[in-house]
Amino acid sequence: MIAVYIIIGVVVVLIIILWATYNGLVRLRNQVKNAWAQIDVQLKRRHDLIPNLVETVRGYMRHERETLEAVTNARNLAQKAVGGGVGAQSKAEGELSGALSRLLVVVENYPDLKANQNFLALQEELTSTENKISFSRQFYNDSVLKYNNKTQMFPSNVIAGMTGFRASEFFEVEVAAEKEAPKVGFS
Amino acid sequence: MWEQIRANQIRSVILVVAMGALLILIGYFLGVAVLDSTIAGLVIAIGIWLVMSLIAFFRGDSIFLALSRARKIKRDDHPRLYNIVEEMKIASGLEKMPDIYIIDDPALNAFATGRSPERASVAVTSGLLQKLNRDELQGVIAHEIAHVKNRDVLLMSMCGVLLGTIVILAFFATRMLFFGAIFGGRRSSSAGGGQAQLIILAIGIAFMILAPIFAYLIYFAISRKREYLADATSALYTRYPEGLASALEKLGGSKAELKSANKATAPMYIINPFRKKGRAAADLTSTHPPISERVRILRSMAGGAAFADYENAYRQVHKRGKGVISPAAVASVGAVGLRAAEPEAARREPEPSKVERTREVSDLMWRLNDYKTINCGCGTKLKVPPKFKGTRVKCPHCGRIHSV
Repeated sequence: MIAVYIIIGVVVVLIIILWATYNGLVRLRNQVKNAWAQIDVQLKRRHDLIPNLVETVRGYMRHERETLEAVTNARNLAQKAVGGGVGAQSKAEGELSGALSRLLVVVENYPDLKANQNFLALQEELTSTENKISFSRQFYNDSVLKYNNKTQMFPSNVIAGMTGFRASEFFEVEVAAEKEAPKVGFS
Repeated sequence: MWEQIRANQIRSVILVVAMGALLILIGYFLGVAVLDSTIAGLVIAIGIWLVMSLIAFFRGDSIFLALSRARKIKRDDHPRLYNIVEEMKIASGLEKMPDIYIIDDPALNAFATGRSPERASVAVTSGLLQKLNRDELQGVIAHEIAHVKNRDVLLMSMCGVLLGTIVILAFFATRMLFFGAIFGGRRSSSAGGGQAQLIILAIGIAFMILAPIFAYLIYFAISRKREYLADATSALYTRYPEGLASALEKLGGSKAELKSANKATAPMYIINPFRKKGRAAADLTSTHPPISERVRILRSMAGGAAFADYENAYRQVHKRGKGVISPAAVASVGAVGLRAAEPEAARREPEPSKVERTREVSDLMWRLNDYKTINCGCGTKLKVPPKFKGTRVKCPHCGRIHSV
């Protein structure tokens, strides 16, 4: 009789552990998905801001056609990469970040532009969007780390394996353009 | 996220339980010594606590915001502040955008309120908006969002209610005991039990006097612990401890006192709103750790922005083995690097100068007070008060007439 009770007890405890682990996995996976959606929102915002920025800046910057074209091209490429998987998208966005920061450096040479209210407001939006992108990336990567730990570490990995939870991909920025500070020539 | 918060709350919970025990003891003594019925004392104590808790839980944030004369702002009122709050909302993974309030006060301070992350508000003084640059403001907002995320707001308001109940009960009980002993003498006249009654009375009075003091000390201890944790979390969110460190330095250097703060609401702010002279002895009775120490810890975070780095920095500054963040919380956050050095020009450039910030904030305050602004051709901004009844106004600089 006692043996039966013990077995029942063990089974109940196991079910509770299974249940809690499974729910925990689902919660983390949703968090990862959510965090990714947040990155997408911010990237879209950046894509929407850029044509505006280029329009505002064009009138002042007669001699920077190449820089502006680079930004526009990078933006179009990044927009095409949307939905093309984490790897492709992070690469395209990295290129765009590089082009943008080169543009913002060049702006330094145009005092008239820096006094333009419209441009200042745009610039605050752009800076903040860049920050939001990096913060949402940061939160996404933190979430992925937690989720991956859970799917790969014992004992939750057993349950994750049985119920089909796969590790997620990190959002890495491995583009040279974003990593090294752009060179500025004040001559 | 939950693991770390739970782990951190264990120590706080112990302290809260200690405060609860104080409340029950007070109720007990009240019953024994004053009301002649233990049950009545307990019922009164718990009843008062319950009513105050419910009020604090459901209306606490609006009462607090009203008390500090905070005004809610929208996105267009101050885009930079709104953006920074949104950035920290994203970094912390908060689901709902907190409401943003401004307090018209030159003092430098900020607080967060709201019982849950779904119902949170962040308030900053107008002085803060003027004096801090973007990175510093970000550090402060991250600290406030950390309070929301770590559920400190709920914890501190519940503790505040416990403290308040204890203080009120002790206040009335000591007076009732005192006058009862002088005028009453009903119990002490009954034969035999007099001696024992007297001893209980003496213990009761001593306890009533000491209980509020203990309650205050516990409350302050909880508050200090949560401040360290919020600082560590702020560094983790921004990946840039220097922002908060230099903000705290500016906050500490300012001499202005917040007019709308009081003793009970002090722990809610980012720094203690009251400046005291002779801080050395005030360690135990302070709601916040000394600013210089908080700055030193943040500046010692050389290796990264994780809790482990804050913990190491804390040990380095204090030169003793005990840390402030529980090991479980430290373990739940992996290694985290500091913010990579971004292209200098791209970061520094959009920063408005101090003069521009001041103008921005004062324009905002005029607008919030329903003043109308007219831009005159000569560059003057005319502020028309809401009570102004006329239809025309003359620019004091160039004499042009504007219609209102």
